Amino acid sequence: MRFLLVLLLLLAPLTGRAQDAFSDALPGLGGGFAQQAEATDRLGALGDPRAVPILRALSDGRLLKRPDGTLLIREGDRVTEVATGAAADPAGAEPLRINNRVRQALRGALGRLSLVSPDPAERLAAAEAVFRSRSVENIPLLEAALARETLSRVRERLELALAASRMASPDEAAKRAGIAALGETSSAEARGILLEARATNPALAGEIDAAIASIDRRLTIRHAFETLFQGLSLGSVLLLAALGLAVTFGVMGVINMAHGEFVMLGAYTTFVMQEALRDIPGLAPWSLPLSVPAAFLVAAACGAALERGLIRHLYGRPLETLLLTFGVGMMIQQAVRLGFGAQNREVSSPPWMQGTLELPLGVMVTQNRLWILVFSLAVLGLTVAAIRFTRFGLEMRAVTQNRRIASAMGIRTGRVDALTFAFGSGIAGIAGVALSQIDNVSPNLGTGYIIDSFMVVVFGGVGSLAGTLVGAMTLGVVNKMLEPFAGVVLAKVFVLVAIMFFIQRRPRGLFALKGRAAEQ
Amino acid sequence: MSIALTAPPPSRMRLGIRTGLIIAVLLLAALPILNMLPRDSAFHVSDFIVSVTGKWICYAVLALSLDLAWGYAGILSLGHGAFFALGGYAMGMHLMRLIGPRGAYGHPVLPDFMVFLGYTELPWFWHGFQSFPYAMLMVMLVPGALALVVGFLAFRSRITGVYLSILTQAMTYALMLAFFRNDMGFGGNNGFTDFKELLGMPLGTPSARAVLFYASLVLLVGSMLLCAALTRTKYGRVLTAIRDAESRARFLGYDTTRHKLFAFVLSAMLAGLAGALYVPQVGIINPGEFSPGNSIEAVIWVAVGGRGTLVGALLGAFSVNALKTWLTSAAPDLWLFALGGLFVAVTLFLPRGLIGLFDRVKKGRGA
Repeated sequence: MRFLLVLLLLLAPLTGRAQDAFSDALPGLGGGFAQQAEATDRLGALGDPRAVPILRALSDGRLLKRPDGTLLIREGDRVTEVATGAAADPAGAEPLRINNRVRQALRGALGRLSLVSPDPAERLAAAEAVFRSRSVENIPLLEAALARETLSRVRERLELALAASRMASPDEAAKRAGIAALGETSSAEARGILLEARATNPALAGEIDAAIASIDRRLTIRHAFETLFQGLSLGSVLLLAALGLAVTFGVMGVINMAHGEFVMLGAYTTFVMQEALRDIPGLAPWSLPLSVPAAFLVAAACGAALERGLIRHLYGRPLETLLLTFGVGMMIQQAVRLGFGAQNREVSSPPWMQGTLELPLGVMVTQNRLWILVFSLAVLGLTVAAIRFTRFGLEMRAVTQNRRIASAMGIRTGRVDALTFAFGSGIAGIAGVALSQIDNVSPNLGTGYIIDSFMVVVFGGVGSLAGTLVGAMTLGVVNKMLEPFAGVVLAKVFVLVAIMFFIQRRPRGLFALKGRAAEQ
Repeated sequence: MSIALTAPPPSRMRLGIRTGLIIAVLLLAALPILNMLPRDSAFHVSDFIVSVTGKWICYAVLALSLDLAWGYAGILSLGHGAFFALGGYAMGMHLMRLIGPRGAYGHPVLPDFMVFLGYTELPWFWHGFQSFPYAMLMVMLVPGALALVVGFLAFRSRITGVYLSILTQAMTYALMLAFFRNDMGFGGNNGFTDFKELLGMPLGTPSARAVLFYASLVLLVGSMLLCAALTRTKYGRVLTAIRDAESRARFLGYDTTRHKLFAFVLSAMLAGLAGALYVPQVGIINPGEFSPGNSIEAVIWVAVGGRGTLVGALLGAFSVNALKTWLTSAAPDLWLFALGGLFVAVTLFLPRGLIGLFDRVKKGRGA
């Protein structure tokens, strides 16, 4: 009990003083112009968020003064007393007038106080502004703001601003602290400030260089991670596009040049689903997830029709199959072009796929790319599971290994063929759903992916889904790693040429056909 | 892996084909002359027909070269358009150099697009193209060298069938991407155009049209005779054997890689020559010529006519292009359906093309 009392007594002056400084400054706002400006400056320097609405009211002409000197704030129809916040009678109160000098002081004070504003976005903007102005006067303010800041995003900017402000101070120790703090960040702006400071502070060159080197190290790591993510993202797109091909071409040995068109059909299914569900309130946000099964069914149905109707007659004649499916792809493309028009169709992203996500080290990743990466791995997992653990998968593998014995065991091989082809085509349709989020939904959406997909399947090893995964990710990452040096187009050309040479080294390993095609 | 194609046709039929060919060539040769007749004459042939037929002749040479590779050596190249386009680009470079100071920017040496892109001097690979013989050499050497490298790498690793097809398609796709770039020094996506003259002869005039037409016709007849002679030699027989049973031919002691490589390189050179004569006739060359679609269209010409027959390639090139010219003006939306339908119909119902159809009709009548 006594202990508590002592504590209270100890604390009382502290809180009281803060209280006093704030309350002491307030009446000045009701005085003459010079007094007003002085009080405004004092409030601004205090960094107390309670001052913000009061100074705003003064700036908007909503701060009233009763003849007895009490200050009131009018907000709409409500009038409250400034000091207590209690409702008050506005009778006889006059709005306070200000001049340009006061206005200027208000601007400065409000600007500083927005560092402690309740709105995080406002705080962030204020930190940004302070960072740019880089003035020594802001140091105590920033220290005060940092003491109460909890959001790491804003803290980071504040720390950067503080360090930058310290750099401007004449005090050597403060400068050193600033340099050290800037060296801890991984921002290109901090690097810029340090470079600038290096010219004016030859005495600190060694420390500045060390700080810059440390930033560079971190920037390099971040850049490497970002490149890696971009590569994996491209790889996931390639994986999605190539996965269906790995089933139809890799497992069945049927070459399907219309594969890209099945991808395109999946993308258009997404568009149709979006339009169809647009006016149904409960379902509209679910149009993208619902498109996945829909696209699978559409593409699988087309695939089954193509296999039963045409390809079946050409088994064992891969070159003819290639030409035939190319022709079919051409017709599908033209049919879509006539049906939907040649222009791009807009498929919107649901909110949970928009925006960017910040990972540790400041690595920025776009949400939709991340989702597609996860989605592609999920589709791969489901495909593997379907082939490994289902009755259909078992029959499919049996037919692939030995058609006649499978047939003798009572497997209806024709049906398995149709289902396998439909399955592979359906995966292409699913790929189309994902691609609708990052690419233009147009009739020739698929053409851009078909060659890459074949390269992935061939590179990764025909007939191996794990190879497809490795192939897709390798090609994606290599492509993105080459891009900064060679540009987008040349990187692609290099990769194509590299694959041609890789095939030289490992022709058997990559082209070891399993299944039906190897029987010929 | 490929189905048995036509056995050597009976000699009476071969005679028929030869007569038909001679008549066709004479008819073609008459076109520019008929074009010179007065407009109101009943036999007058319009400029359009002459220029379109001139284009078709170049396509026919491309089809012929593809038939040599596909029909006789079993190499289904989906990238033959690349050889055609490279030949065209080599010719285009010659034509660009001949423009000289007459370009829009009036630079004495640099073509317009280089001035526009800020080049100060001619890139090294443009030197020499002002000379016609050098350009003609390049027309054959560049596609030939590309075919040599790609073919060597592919055949040596025994990449065959669809893998080879996709590889060649990737080749033309990569070239298309590369040629679309401005800093390649080939005019980016605009390519070359605004040609002025060739061999001192101003382009775009009726006489230039006639000269180019006859040059194309000579090329067509020459390459037809060359291919026909080649396929009848022992080399040609071995090539056919490789097409039908590559492993067996290899086990019999034939160097299949070298045999196929020769056919592929020769075929690429022919395609390059066709492209070189095509460019001055249409007056433009751009990276679109490399698009995989063009190459595959050439494949369907051969397939429609009947591969492995040489005559079929010509027949296919002319008939499919006639259909294209007619359909793209009569019902442009339907052309791609028709082309796709041709792929389906030919592979399913006419594996030996129109020539096979004639054969069957004839046999039916004889029996």
